Amino acid sequence: MDQCPQPLQCLSDPALTPLPRSATIACVNLPLFGQAEFGPETWTVTDLNRYVRQQLESDFRLQDVRVQGEVSGFRAYPSGHWYFSLKDANAQVNCVMWRSRVNHQRYTPRDGDAVEVSGSVTLYEARGQYQLDVTSLQPQGEGALYREFMQLKARLEAEGLFDSARKRPLPPRPRRIGLVTSPAGAALRDMLNILRRRLPLAEVILAPTLVQGPEAPAQIVTALQALAQLMPDVIILARGGGSLEDLWAFNDERVARALAAMPVPTISGVGHETDFTIADFVADVRAPTPSAAAELVSAVSVDDLRAQVDAAFDRLALALGEMLSARRTALNEQRVHLRRLSPVLQLRLARQRAIELQARAAVAVRHQLELARERHNRLVQILGAVGPPAVLQRGYAIVRKPRGVVVRSVDDVQPGEALTVRVSDGEFGVEVTTR
Amino acid sequence: MTAKSKSKSKTGVPPAEMTFEQAFEELEALVEQLEAGQLPLEESLALFERGQALAARCGQLLDSAELKVKQLVGEKLEDFEAET
Repeated sequence: MDQCPQPLQCLSDPALTPLPRSATIACVNLPLFGQAEFGPETWTVTDLNRYVRQQLESDFRLQDVRVQGEVSGFRAYPSGHWYFSLKDANAQVNCVMWRSRVNHQRYTPRDGDAVEVSGSVTLYEARGQYQLDVTSLQPQGEGALYREFMQLKARLEAEGLFDSARKRPLPPRPRRIGLVTSPAGAALRDMLNILRRRLPLAEVILAPTLVQGPEAPAQIVTALQALAQLMPDVIILARGGGSLEDLWAFNDERVARALAAMPVPTISGVGHETDFTIADFVADVRAPTPSAAAELVSAVSVDDLRAQVDAAFDRLALALGEMLSARRTALNEQRVHLRRLSPVLQLRLARQRAIELQARAAVAVRHQLELARERHNRLVQILGAVGPPAVLQRGYAIVRKPRGVVVRSVDDVQPGEALTVRVSDGEFGVEVTTR
Repeated sequence: MTAKSKSKSKTGVPPAEMTFEQAFEELEALVEQLEAGQLPLEESLALFERGQALAARCGQLLDSAELKVKQLVGEKLEDFEAET
C-alpha cells in the first residue's frame, strides 16, 4: 500500500489531512513519481488539478461536510443544476447542486438566505477552483431540527411504534369522526367540505387545538385524549401545509406516544404530500394532506351507500320474485296431478270413446249402403238384359188397344178395330182384318 | 302465522325511527333471509314489504342527511359553527 510516500508527503498539507497516510493514497496513480529523487517534479496543469481533486476527494472528512453560510449569486440553470456561493463575513466557497439532487429539493434558496448545506468538497479541474458538491440544502436551523427528527424517528421505530403489525384498518363506514386540528385552519374547512359532500350521514367531533408553536404538542395530546373518551370510529390528526418549523409539533414525542395510544384507528394528514412527520409514521394510516384524510374516511361515499341500498333492494325483489315463481311452479305441478285424478278427465275419456264408437258406426253404415248400392246396380244390369226394350230389339212388338191396354189374346180384339203396334224404334197403327 | 309474529318481534322498530345504519343492516339481513328461500309465502311477502320500507327509509336519510359538526369544549360537546 505504501509504495510512494515521498511525493505524497510533499503535496499533502498535514493540516488538511491529519489522517494516517495510508488512508489517503489508495486511489492515487500519477505518472511523474519516478522523477521525485531529482528534485521538484514538473507537472502539467491538468495532472496537478486532477491530483489535487483526487486528494480532496480521498479525504473523507471533506466528503461529508455540513456548512452554514449565506447564499450569494444563486443561479438555477436551464439544465436543472444550481450554482451559487456560500459566504460569511470573511470568506466564500463555490457550490454546485446537480439536477438529480435539485429534483428532491423542497426549498429553493434566494440570495441572502442563511442556509445549511451538506455535501462533499471537490475541485473543478477546468478552473482549478475548489467547490462544494451540495447534496442537500435547508434554511439554517432546519438542519438541527432534521437531525432531531431522525433521532426521534429511529428511537420510536426501534420501540416498534411504526410496526406494520400495529396498523389497524380504517372502518369502512365511520359514523363518528374525530378531528384534531385548528378550528380556524383551512385544513378544517377543506375536510368539512369533503365530508359534507361525501359522508353527510356522519357526525364530526372537532377537538380544537393549536397546531404550531411551543404550546401545540401538549394541546394536541389533550385533544387526542379527550376525543378518545368519546370513542369515535376514527380520529384524524391534521394540519395544513407550512414550513418544517410550522409542522414541528407533529414531530413531538408526546404527540407520537399519545397517537400510538389511541383506542381507535387514526389517520395523519399533515402538511403537503412531500412532508413526512413522526405522526405520519405512528398513525394507522398516513394521508398526504388533510383533504386526502377526509377522503380516506369517506371511501364509501353517500352515492356508494345509495347504490348499496338500491342493490340490496334489487336482491330483495329478485329473491321474492324467485320465491314466487318457485311457488307457482309447484302449484302448477299440483294442478297437473289433481287433473289426472279428476272425474272431468274420466268424462272426457268416456266422451272420447263415444265419439270413436260413433265414428265406427258411421263407417259401418256407409259400408252397408255401399253393398246395397252395388246389389242394386247389378239388378239394373240384369233387368236391362231381360227387359221390354231388349225384347223389342229382338223383333217382338207390343200391340195395344187405343186405351193403352196390351193385347195378349186373339179374343182381345174385333175385326176392324184400330190398334197401336210398338216396335223397337217407334209405333205405328194397324187395323184388324181377320180373326 | 307464528313465523310471522316471530319475525315481527325481531324487526318491530318502525323504519321512520331508525338510523341509516340500523335500517341498512336490517335490509341486508332481510335480503339474506329471503334469498335463503325457506320462508312461507306470507312471511316472504311481509319481509319484502318491510324491506321496501327500510330501503325507502335509507334513501330518505341519504337525501336529507346533513353533516353534524360538534366541538369539544372541555368535556362538553357544543355545536360547531364553521365560517363558510
